[in-house]
Amino acid sequence: MHGNKFRHNLLTALLLGPAAAWLVVFLVLPFIAIAVFSVGERAPEGGYQAAFTLAQYANLPARATAFWNTMMLAPMGALACLLVAYPVAYYLALQAAQRWRLILLALVVIPFWTSLLMRTYAWMYVLGGRGIPALLAYVGFEDIRLINTPGAVLLGIVYGYLPLMILPIYVSLERLDRRLLEASADLGATPLSTFLGVTLKLSLPGVMTGFSLVMILLLGEYLIPTLLGGGKVFFIGNALVDLFLQSRNWPFGSAIAITLVLVSVVVLIAANRISTRVSGARRVDLI
Amino acid sequence: MRAFVIAVFAFLYLPIALVVLFSFNAGHHASEFTGFSVQWYGKALANPFLVEALKNSLFIATTSASLAALCGTAAALGLARVSLRTRAVFDALLGAAIVVPGVVIGISTLVALVQLFAVVNPFLASIWPDDQPPRLSLGYGSIIAAHGLFSMALVTMIVGTRLGSLDRNLVEASSDLYATPLTTFRSIVLPQIMPAVVAGFLLAFTFSFDDFIVAFFVAGAQTTLPIYVFASIRRGVTPEINAIATIVLVASVLLVVLAQWQLRQRKPSN
Repeated sequence: MHGNKFRHNLLTALLLGPAAAWLVVFLVLPFIAIAVFSVGERAPEGGYQAAFTLAQYANLPARATAFWNTMMLAPMGALACLLVAYPVAYYLALQAAQRWRLILLALVVIPFWTSLLMRTYAWMYVLGGRGIPALLAYVGFEDIRLINTPGAVLLGIVYGYLPLMILPIYVSLERLDRRLLEASADLGATPLSTFLGVTLKLSLPGVMTGFSLVMILLLGEYLIPTLLGGGKVFFIGNALVDLFLQSRNWPFGSAIAITLVLVSVVVLIAANRISTRVSGARRVDLI
Repeated sequence: MRAFVIAVFAFLYLPIALVVLFSFNAGHHASEFTGFSVQWYGKALANPFLVEALKNSLFIATTSASLAALCGTAAALGLARVSLRTRAVFDALLGAAIVVPGVVIGISTLVALVQLFAVVNPFLASIWPDDQPPRLSLGYGSIIAAHGLFSMALVTMIVGTRLGSLDRNLVEASSDLYATPLTTFRSIVLPQIMPAVVAGFLLAFTFSFDDFIVAFFVAGAQTTLPIYVFASIRRGVTPEINAIATIVLVASVLLVVLAQWQLRQRKPSN
């Protein structure tokens, strides 16, 4: 028996070992490294010099514009995604014919897995001087500038993250017990109050999962503001690329990255709390 | 509502369609379609920098997805054998690997590796017998490791879900019939989780092949296809980029459709 137990444990260790090593070396240690860097100082030639100071964190307001843009456009973008995504998810889960449902769902999933760079490029093309502005000029509206504006960034955000918002909402709506809807109607509820009291309430875990995922990914977004904001709309992601790859102020950049992670954690916890309080279920797993 | 849904699907697909359409444009100008031509594909494939970047991306995606499929599947099997507490710690780390924005993964990996190399390289130089000690630096290895982190977590979750829905009776029946654990694994478990492993590999490949931001930080002197395309886009929009974008889009769509098809496969009935 004893030998059996040993063999059982050894096999378990062998199975988990590589993944555990990967997680420790490329997730946990790097995270500790930036936490240490964030309380250090910038070496005169760039890079890092050991120290223990909160100066980097005190210096965060130096990048206030990037924080402001991100903290404004990330929730707005997530909200805009939600407003577009909910009706689509609702239609797919509750109204679409069975034979169409899987095809339409696949059409939502495909963009999610195709290159964000290429999809954002598509909008550079559409919004650029020879795209929609050229069409508008043709019908008489000259000199309309669409690209390199906050509006273009917001549009790119909705386009890029819409699938990620639709999926969890779809999952939670599809699991909804339809008898509840009938019961609500039988008891004399209007369609609107059935929607608000039953459908929306029970799909809130999906809504919060989608909202928090999109929010968190937007907090670190770099491609969309760079390509569609044209250097005029800076996000935290732009500040990080600048600090790590150009001006080489690693301690300051690390402090920003740690702040970003902390904000993400707060967003996740808040989202979980809200959906637990309203509907009793925590979150929706996508896989 | 139906009209709205149709409009959203048009919104999702029209810009991509436009990029694909203009990749076949005979003229230089993006504004008017002057005729059908595949000249931009020829130009793209004759560009040595582009071909080099494409080869790098294919190599990195294949390697990181294979490692991720292997380690992720092993981890999913291992997680079914441990206590709930160990499992919760592992799940939290896997969740973090998936949710933490790429920009943070890129930065932290860069910082950690540069520090590591600063220690390891002098050490290698001191113990190396001749004057040309190997120098560790950012490149293929660091991109593969950083991409593999996300991919491995993804594979573990996909395969873990499949394992959860595995028919326990079959496994018990197999051992009741005196099959060794290895035989049970090969003839019962493996065939049932294989579609999930394949799907995980394909999604991991797609992720690595499409990723820009993580590679941007840890690529060192190497160029991947998204890094090359990003640099070209910043120089200006040309039909050549449309041709590359079309190739990448078609490749990703094929891989994703294949992955979805694998995930929806019926479990083998025998």
